Order: sequence, then C-alpha cells, then structure tokens
Amino acid sequence: MATTRNLVQVPAREAPAAGFDVRRIREDFPILKQRVHGKPLVYLDNAATSQKPQAVLDALMHFYLHDCANIHRGVYLLSERATQAHEDARVKLQHFLNAADPREIVYVRGATEGLNLVAQTYGRQHVGAGDEILITALEHHSNIVPWQILCQEKGARLRVAPINDRGELILDEFEKLMNDRTRLVSVAHVSNALGTINPVKRIVEMAHARNIPVAIDGAQAVPHMKVDVRALGCDFYAISGHKLFGPTGIGALYGKASLLESMPPYQGGGDMILSVTFEKTTYNHIPNKFEAGTPNIAGAIGWGAALDYLTAVGMENISSYEHALLAYATEAIGQIPGVRLIGTAREKAGVLSFMLEGVHPHDVGTVLDQEGIAVRTGHHCAQPVMARFGVPATVRASLAFYNTKQEINALAAGLERVKAMFA
Amino acid sequence: MSDLNTLYQDVILDHSKRPRNFRAMANADHHAEGYNPLCGDKVTIYVNLVDDRIADISFQGSGCAISTSSASILTETLKGKTRAEAAALFESFHNLVTGQPVKPTAPALGKLAVFSGVSEFPVRVKCASLAWHTLRSALAGDPAVATTE
Repeated sequence: MATTRNLVQVPAREAPAAGFDVRRIREDFPILKQRVHGKPLVYLDNAATSQKPQAVLDALMHFYLHDCANIHRGVYLLSERATQAHEDARVKLQHFLNAADPREIVYVRGATEGLNLVAQTYGRQHVGAGDEILITALEHHSNIVPWQILCQEKGARLRVAPINDRGELILDEFEKLMNDRTRLVSVAHVSNALGTINPVKRIVEMAHARNIPVAIDGAQAVPHMKVDVRALGCDFYAISGHKLFGPTGIGALYGKASLLESMPPYQGGGDMILSVTFEKTTYNHIPNKFEAGTPNIAGAIGWGAALDYLTAVGMENISSYEHALLAYATEAIGQIPGVRLIGTAREKAGVLSFMLEGVHPHDVGTVLDQEGIAVRTGHHCAQPVMARFGVPATVRASLAFYNTKQEINALAAGLERVKAMFA
Repeated sequence: MSDLNTLYQDVILDHSKRPRNFRAMANADHHAEGYNPLCGDKVTIYVNLVDDRIADISFQGSGCAISTSSASILTETLKGKTRAEAAALFESFHNLVTGQPVKPTAPALGKLAVFSGVSEFPVRVKCASLAWHTLRSALAGDPAVATTE
C-alpha cells in the first residue's frame, strides 16, 4: 500500500494570546502529572473524555461536604444552597452557549441523551409514515441510532448526506436530499472520528429556508471553540459535560423555548409535574418538564465550575492555541513514512485519525500505551465513517488545550517505536 | 519494553505477517464467523472433520497481530487433533491468556505458549481468544456469529 500524503492545509490565524501559558494550564489538571508504565502520561484521548481541572474537583467536593441535599423541594438551607448552585450552573450554560434564556437549557446525561430526547419528543410528535430525517455520513452512532429507532417506529426514512474523500460533507448533495417530507435535520458540529467541522450555520440556513428544524450534536465542538447557538440559529444543540472538562453523567440539550414549550414530556416522574391526581397530571414548565427524577446535581455544579474555568482561560485563546497545535501535529505525524491520515478536511478541530501501514491500530495502541501515550484505537462509535474510508479502525489522537508540542513529539517517537517493532 | 517483547514474541509477529492456512475452504463441512464488535476484528474458521478428527482447518479475516497470529497458530496446532483434544487445548489456552494456572493434566500447549504474555494485557485477551471462540461455534454448528462478549 502506497503512503498517502495528504496534509491538511491550515490557514494562518492569530497567534495564541499572550496570556495563554500551557504550562500554567497543565498545573490546573492534577491527573496529568502522573507517570504511566514509568513514562509521563501523554493523554491524547480527549474526544472520548476530557480531564478535569482542580476547580471541578473542588466544586464536587464542596457540594458533598457542605451542600448535599435534594433540590427544588426542601425548605431548609442545604436544599436552598443545592438548588441555587444547580440552577446557577444552568445560567452558566446559557451564557456559555449564548442561549436567550436559562429555560432553554435542559439537563440530560450527555449529548446522546439529548439527541434521544429530541427523537422521542419532537420526533414522535412530528415524524410520520413516509417522512424523512436527514443526517450526514459523518455521524457518531448517537446521532444515527435514535433516528433509526424513530424511523422504525413511524415508518419514516433516514436519509444520509455523503462526504468526500477528505471527510467533508458534500453540501450540494446535502441540499438535494432535503424535500417536503424532511421533518428534521440532525448533524454533528464536529466529527468525533475525523475532526471535520461541518458548516452548521450554512446547514441551518439551508434547512430553515425550507422550514426544517435543525438539531446539532455539539459534543465535539464545544471543547474546542466558542459556540453561539443564537448566531448559528439552530433549534437544538446537544453537548456532554465530561467532554467539556466537567464530570461524567451530565450534559445539556439547548432547545428554542418555543419548541420546548410545544413538545411533549420525555420521561415521567417527580420534578416534571406541577400536580398529579390519578385523573390528571399537569406538567411542569420548561425545562423541568424534561427533567424527571432527581438530576445529577453534583454533576451540574461541577460542570458549572468547568465553564467558569474555561471562561477565565477564554474559548478564543483555547481555539487559537489548539488550531496551531493541530497544524503542528498534522505536519509531525503526517510526514512519518507509512502514516495515512484519515480525514483531511480543510476545517478541522481537535482530531488526528490515521493508519500506520502494516500495523493494526490496536497493536499501535498497545505499544503507545507502554510509552505512556493514551490514544483511542477502534471505530470510534462511527462505523459508517470507517466503512466510507475502507478501514476497520483507526488510531485517533485527539487534543485538548492542555496538550503540548512535546506530547506530539512523544507520539511521533512512539510511532517510530511501533514501526521498529513491527518492521 | 520487556512486557511488550513478551507480548509480541517473534513467533507472533511472524504469524501475523505470514499467516498460515490463510484461505477459504469452499467445501468445509464446518465453518463459523467471529466478530469482535469492540475493535472490528473479523475471522472465519473453516474445518473439515474426518472421523471426528480435524483433517483440514483454515481461516480468513482481518485483525490485529494478536488475533491474526492466534488464528494462524490455532490452525497449525489443531490439524490432526480430535474434537476432544481441541476442546482441551482451548481450555488450557484460555487459562494461559487469562493468567490462570494451566491444569497439570492438560495437554502440552506447544507453540501456543507464545501467548503467555497476553495475560499481562487484559484488554488484548479477546484478541487472542476470538479465533478459539469461533472454532467452538464452527464445531458446534452454531449459526450465530461468535463473539468474545
């Protein structure tokens, strides 16, 4: 197999702000200080989950040490504090995404649940037999399977817009797939497997011109760039806390208030009701209508601390630093003989997916692990993407703003060891 | 690096690059497919039995060095063995790769012993055992795709 040299052309951008010092950033992430198999940890699996700054750990500990109580019902001080902190985090999310109103932020377990919520509420309400839902060939399984379940139930059809050899959505084809049966468009903002940034603002414009609402899987976008849901104009935007330097088990679904108001509830239970008799139940207002049961209170509060931290660092600083780091990584890894980059979109964020000629990704991963380097190997929950490129799996190095050029150099050296071992 | 060298012994690297008995068998009287959904490794095992003895055995598929070499060495080891001998070797092999003691009464592992290093890499146990699970399905005539789950 010939080596494909297909380097990403990254347009020049402003240098990172003078205030961004990655060494200082790394001090805030205690887990990064450890050694693995006797080597310094090089954590390059951020698209799977991100590490947490001390501020998040402190917020979790503070909640459990001082404020632990259930929310929205106690008349005592601890419950008031817990409720306040839980709702403060919602406001932080509102500002982080630039939503118009905190009621537009629904807490969920993660982006996956956010997309399932849209499918099971808005989808079941609006999608019927013969209708269509449009996604792209870049999607994570979490933005495929909820729609398949819905389509199967309703006799609807899932349409998939193709991508080109760089891993970019073919926008003309996407546009052609929209028709008067299309009830919803759901697309990834950033591909988890390839790092491709989809032109979501353009997609929203195209869909809205046909009165089709748009849901966006933003799980892989928010860790890398400033996202403004009102500027995008999207109808739904789903994100995961743990990929955004917060705890696991917490996420958020942004939805336009008018849409959320019109949608049926998701799950039934406590907190999502105003009154219950055996004859009639009155549902709570948004967002509580969608938040049955005791939520992940600590998770929301910890996530709020992560958002404060990110805001202090500055998403623009993070974005420009990472952009330069990805360009460096693309050059450093892409030039290694035998490396074939999978996904060479012109607009990318955070992800370097590749094959090493003659070595299965799992063997690459095992050898790199012995060098202290954590990468993901496999299909990245995006089997259709793997099939599109004719590979069973890839090695994926995914970046966060605490990663360094030295770590990229360690990865390059690790790959040389792999090659020596399997030569 | 010593753990790595134990895992990727020369015999394993050799079989992963030049797998033996790597061919489809059109007239196989037993065959089964194996699939590891976590990593996408696929293997098909073909067997011809004569009087309960494995007269011919081959495989095809794609996977990592551990899974490919395991399938390759499996075919080499089991040719000529009876079903019962194959089952006993599977048990010994499974104990070997999961770090459990191999019974003193068990048949000699022979070349299979090169997989001893796998026990130090728990996430790779499934790579090593996929072909064996698939063989068991083939001999049992199980139509379902074998998995290591």
